[in-house]
Parts: sequence; structure tokens; C-alpha cells
Amino acid sequence: MRHIISVLMENEPGALSRVVGLFSQRGYNIDTLTVAPTNDLTLSRLTLTTHGSDQIIEQITKHLNKLIDVVKVIDLTDGPHLEREIMLVKVRANEAQRAEINHCVDVFRGQIVDVNTNTYTLQVIGSSDKNDAFIEAIDYANILELVRSGVSGLSRGEKILKV
Amino acid sequence: MELLSGGEIVVRALKDAGVKYVWGYPGGAALHIYDALFQQKDVEHILVRHEQGAVHAADGHSRSTGDVGTVLVTSGPGATNAITGIATAYMDSIPMVVISGQVPRDKIGQDAFQETDMVGISRPIVKHSFLVMDASEIAVVIAKAFYIAKTGRPGPVIVDIPKDVTSPEYRIPYEYPEKIKIRSYHPTTKGHAGQVKRAVKTLLAAKRPVIYSGGGAILGDASAELTELTRLLNFPITNTLMGLGAFPGNDPQFLGMLGMHGTVEANNAMHEADVIFAVGARFDDRVTNTPSKFCPSAKIIHIDVDPTSISKTVNIDIPIVGVCSTVLRQVIEEIKTTKDTTDKIAISNWWSKINDWRERYGIYTEPRHEPSSGDIIKPQDVIRSLYKATNGDAFITSDVGQHQMFAAQYYLFDKPRRWINSGGLGTMGFGLPAAMGVQLAHPNAIVACVTGEGSIQMCIQELSTCLQYGFPIKIISLNNQALGMVRQWQDMQYSGRYSSSLYEDSLPDFVKLAESFGHVGIRVSNFDELDDKMEECFALKDRVVFMDINVDRNEHVYPMLIAPNGSMKDMKLSKTERT
Repeated sequence: MRHIISVLMENEPGALSRVVGLFSQRGYNIDTLTVAPTNDLTLSRLTLTTHGSDQIIEQITKHLNKLIDVVKVIDLTDGPHLEREIMLVKVRANEAQRAEINHCVDVFRGQIVDVNTNTYTLQVIGSSDKNDAFIEAIDYANILELVRSGVSGLSRGEKILKV
Repeated sequence: MELLSGGEIVVRALKDAGVKYVWGYPGGAALHIYDALFQQKDVEHILVRHEQGAVHAADGHSRSTGDVGTVLVTSGPGATNAITGIATAYMDSIPMVVISGQVPRDKIGQDAFQETDMVGISRPIVKHSFLVMDASEIAVVIAKAFYIAKTGRPGPVIVDIPKDVTSPEYRIPYEYPEKIKIRSYHPTTKGHAGQVKRAVKTLLAAKRPVIYSGGGAILGDASAELTELTRLLNFPITNTLMGLGAFPGNDPQFLGMLGMHGTVEANNAMHEADVIFAVGARFDDRVTNTPSKFCPSAKIIHIDVDPTSISKTVNIDIPIVGVCSTVLRQVIEEIKTTKDTTDKIAISNWWSKINDWRERYGIYTEPRHEPSSGDIIKPQDVIRSLYKATNGDAFITSDVGQHQMFAAQYYLFDKPRRWINSGGLGTMGFGLPAAMGVQLAHPNAIVACVTGEGSIQMCIQELSTCLQYGFPIKIISLNNQALGMVRQWQDMQYSGRYSSSLYEDSLPDFVKLAESFGHVGIRVSNFDELDDKMEECFALKDRVVFMDINVDRNEHVYPMLIAPNGSMKDMKLSKTERT
């Protein structure tokens, strides 16, 4: 099963490599990974998606917690949560294709963020599922380039991750 | 406040961290620190002959005392030579701080002379690491390093310091932090009360219990509590290779070591148990054999200071995270307050069964190997002779292979921290330098290194260090002119094709070799002279003695778990018999 694991950690050099190293060292998977400092600049928030049995996921969260730089770890998929991923897609957009692309972007509440004679760059924000669906939907157009930020997420409601 | 240079701060901080001895080897990037060492007397430096030896020595010091071992090496090759030692300490959770010199800050990343990314290269084998980029951080980082190394699940911590950070040109105020607080690091010490209650209920209801304790019981200084609890319950107890000595080896409740070369009674008891009480043990593959066949009818209680050890390879029914000594004390208190008692009849029946295994298969009830005679010396008899000559009260370090297993089987340790070996990583070359660390920490104790002609050659250069510092270590080398354990496997699984496990008459004369290092060499090639020569060896109290003992090269270590796909009760008892 897919899990979204959120990690609050010290914003120190080497901290990220320890997290990434842990996954390769122990043979765990990282499907997506995103990291940036928080409002408190001494802390970074890292979100990763992974998959594995419950036993593996439990080991992953425990091993993450064991890293000295890691302050808190939460598996967002344990409870109600929000997940977002930003995706930029550059597509071939001829006169003939534009109307249909516009329509598709509207349906997915995306935006056209760059326009060129022959290309559009589209921005879609949503869950990974929604972004997958968008890729499938836009597939008729010629996708030239695509970049996904990886998933970020927060728990819904009062639940927060803090020092 | 005193003004000190970076190099002086390193040394002063070590002193303030309680360090008396540093094992190391100088080189360019560490020279400022070495100069600061030279100008004081509080921290003594021991010059080894190879950085691997420095780390193993600090490791041996730590294992025999519980103190944090301390190492100082230079950048590049100094740092990489230390890696095997660091990995050894990491696998056995030994508290250690390794200070490595680094190229100056402005040279980092430029492939400078003797540059290596020590923090990167050591990352998977350390508990934590620091790269100190400002002299003002040195004292705090060293204090944190020692705190992290010895608390929670202990382990090695690296402090990598660029040369210019230790420069004598700049002096800054020195202050060692009185208390260390790391907001992201809070190791659990006390066990969860509810879990302790559940564990006690399960323990007292057990009909076929086994206590299975490992290295954590020794690292957590839980020997007294473990012994008290085991006697209170009258349960059988087995120790892992790393846990030997946590419970007295000569006590009738002790079943011997378990696992790959464990006793039949210990492995059978584990397999048939209804409750396993694991104390600071990690269900290593050398113990469990095939995990899916491990203890099929047992409820498992597991005390460990490290949550990641819980349910890592084997599913645990009642986990308790905490320091072994603290949690065992809680367990003992809970047993004393509850009205329940053990099922004495069931336990008595269980003991009958275990004693029956002992009678039939036990290596302590009678020798299960061919007797020694004339020029056939059985390695097992060498360990027996060593035991006699040292009254069973020596510190024994070992290398890795058959001799290690024979020592673990036949030298019954009654005290913790007496059996010093590389269990997790299985590092050949560990024994001699580790013995130096033990001897330095216990100058008046008998320290023997049980080794083989293969392992000893991996760090034999340290014989020179022994002379310089006067470590009167006794080296008991079981010379079978082959890489014994490799050969054993080649006998068993490769139809005796000895691929690169023989020396073809290329071995040195170890007696002369010992003499050339300024020590005493004694050769034993006849069983009749073994005990006398062993006495002679230990009578030379102030000298290093290298005992080159020609043992039977055809001997195998038994019992032995049958792998792959075997359970713990599937064992070879000799070359022809199995359970």
C-alpha cells in the first residue's frame, strides 16, 4: 500500500542524505520525495511517498525516528489528510489542438502558464491520482516534457507536527 | 574565559568528556590536534601501527569497561583505514567517538591531497556524524558526540574536523557544555508499565519458557538484574554470542550459547518454548535460522532499547522499549507484587526435558569430539587448557572463525564484559588490537586473545604497539594451517574443494616472528605438553607470549544449525550425525 510519510527534521547539512541513505541501505522504496525549510528556518519538512507491507512501513517510520536529526515522523495516510502535488506539463499545442487542451485543463482546474507558437506549458495541482488522471487525459496531445514536484501533505484538522 | 586554539579545544573537550586514552595515528590534517596532545598530560595517546587497530583497541576498551572508546585519525587513508573498525563497533552497538582530521575548509570538494568524504563514507555505519565547520562548535559537538554515542542504543559517532578549524593561529574562548540537550533525540529508558504487566502475566503463565539474552544485556549493564530474575523464576536461560557472561556460564540454569553453533539443549528449548523472553537480543539470522520456522509455538516478549529492533526479523507479541537493566528491575518488582506465581510443576517437567537433551547431546556433560592424543591436538582441548590455566577468570578477546566458536563454547564466562569478540560484522583482525584496549583498561588482569593463524595476520603489526606500551597480552593461536571455518564449509558444501583456504607452506614461523617483535614465542605440537606450555605462558606475567599451537585441521565446529530452510532444532552434531 502507498503511504505518505512526513518528517520534521533539523535543517542541517547531511540530514537529507541520512534519510535517503536509510532507504537505499535497508532496501526500502522512495517513490517521491520533497523537502524544504519550514516557517521555522531551523527545521525542514520532508514528505515522501513509499509503498510496502505494514511491517515494512512500521520499520521505515521507526528507522526515520531513530535518525538523530529527525524531530518527528508521521504517516499521513494513517488518518484524514490533504495531499498536493504540483505538475508542469509542456505539450505540443497547434492551432487545431488548442481548444481541446484548453478544455482538458479547465476540467482539471489547471492553468496554462506559458504559451508559445507551438507549445503550451500547463500547471496542474492535485493529488497524485488526479495528476495521473490528467496525464492520461492529455495523452492525445504530444507531451514534450513533464515534471512533478512530489507529494506534500498535511493532516486534516487539529493534528500538527511540531517540536 | 580561557582562550584556546581549535586543536587545544579538541583535546580539552576530550578531557572534559572523561577521556583518559585516545587510540590513533597522526597525519597532516590532524597535526594541530597532535601538537595540542603533546603539550598536556591529561589525555594519553596510544600510537598504533594501523588505524584499524586503533578503532578495534578503543572498541575493546569500551567493551571491557562500558566507557566510550576514543579514536583520533587523520584524513583520507587514515579515515578509510578506520572504516572496518567503525563498522565492527556499529554492528555490535559499541559506544565510540572517532575524531578524524579533514582537509582545510577551502579545500573540501577539490580532491585535495588526502581528502575523502569521511562523513559520507561512514554514513551507513555510524550512529551519527558531525562535520565541524567552525572552531566555536568543537566543544559542543564533542560533548554531543559522547552523549549520543553512549545513550540509547550505543554506537560510533564521527567528528570530522577540517585542519584549519584546529589551527593554532586563532584562539577563542573555551567552554564545555555542562548539560547536553538535543531536541530531536530522546532515547527511552524506562519500560511502559502496562507492557511490563502483560509481560509478567505471560512469563508467570509459561509452561516451557526460555530467557534469551544478548549483547544488549551487557551493554545495558543488566547482568545483576538478569541473574536475579532468572533465579527468581527458575527458568532456563541461553545467551547469544554477544551476550555470553551476562548470566554465569557455570550456573546450572545456563543452557549454553544458542544459534548457529549453539548447544542442542539451548536450540531445542528455543524451538519448543511456549514463551521466549528476549532481553537485549536482536533475532539475528545466526540465531533464528529460517525466521518462518523460528519458535513456532512461542509467545515472544522482547526488551530492547532500540524500537527498530522490535519485530525487525521476527514478529514480537509483547515489546518493551527501554534500557535492559531498568526494564528488568521493573519486571522483578512486578513479579514480587503480583499474586500470581510460576507453574512449578510445568517448569519442573520442562527442566526434565531439557536435562534429557543435555544428557544425550550436551557438550558440557561429556566431550562429543574425538579425544586429543600425541600430535593430534583438538582445538576444543586448547580452550579447556586455557580455561584451566586462567581459572576461567581472564578477559578473552577473539578473532573470527572456528577458534572464535570453540572459545565461545568452551570458555564459560561467569562475568559480563569478559568475552570480547566481533559478533555482528565478524571482523578478522579484531582480537589482538581489542586485547590491547582491554589490557590498557585493566592493567593487572589476564588478557588472552584466542585467534588463528589466519586472523592474527590481519592485524599482526600491533605486536609492535604491545612492546611500546607494555601490554602483556597472551596470544593463543590455534594454528590449523587453513582458514578453518572456510575449510569447514568447503568440506560440507563444496565436496572438499579448498578454494583459497590453504597456505601451502607459506606461513611464517610465528615463534621467530614473535621474537623479532621482542616477545616470547612458544610452539605446542604435542597434546602432552599443552597444559605445561599453557602454564608457562601465563607465568610470564609481564611479557607478550605468542602460543603457536598446532591443532587438528580436520576438526569441525559442532553442533551446527542446518541451513538453509532449517529450524533451530535441525542441527548437525558431528560430520555424520544430526538431530
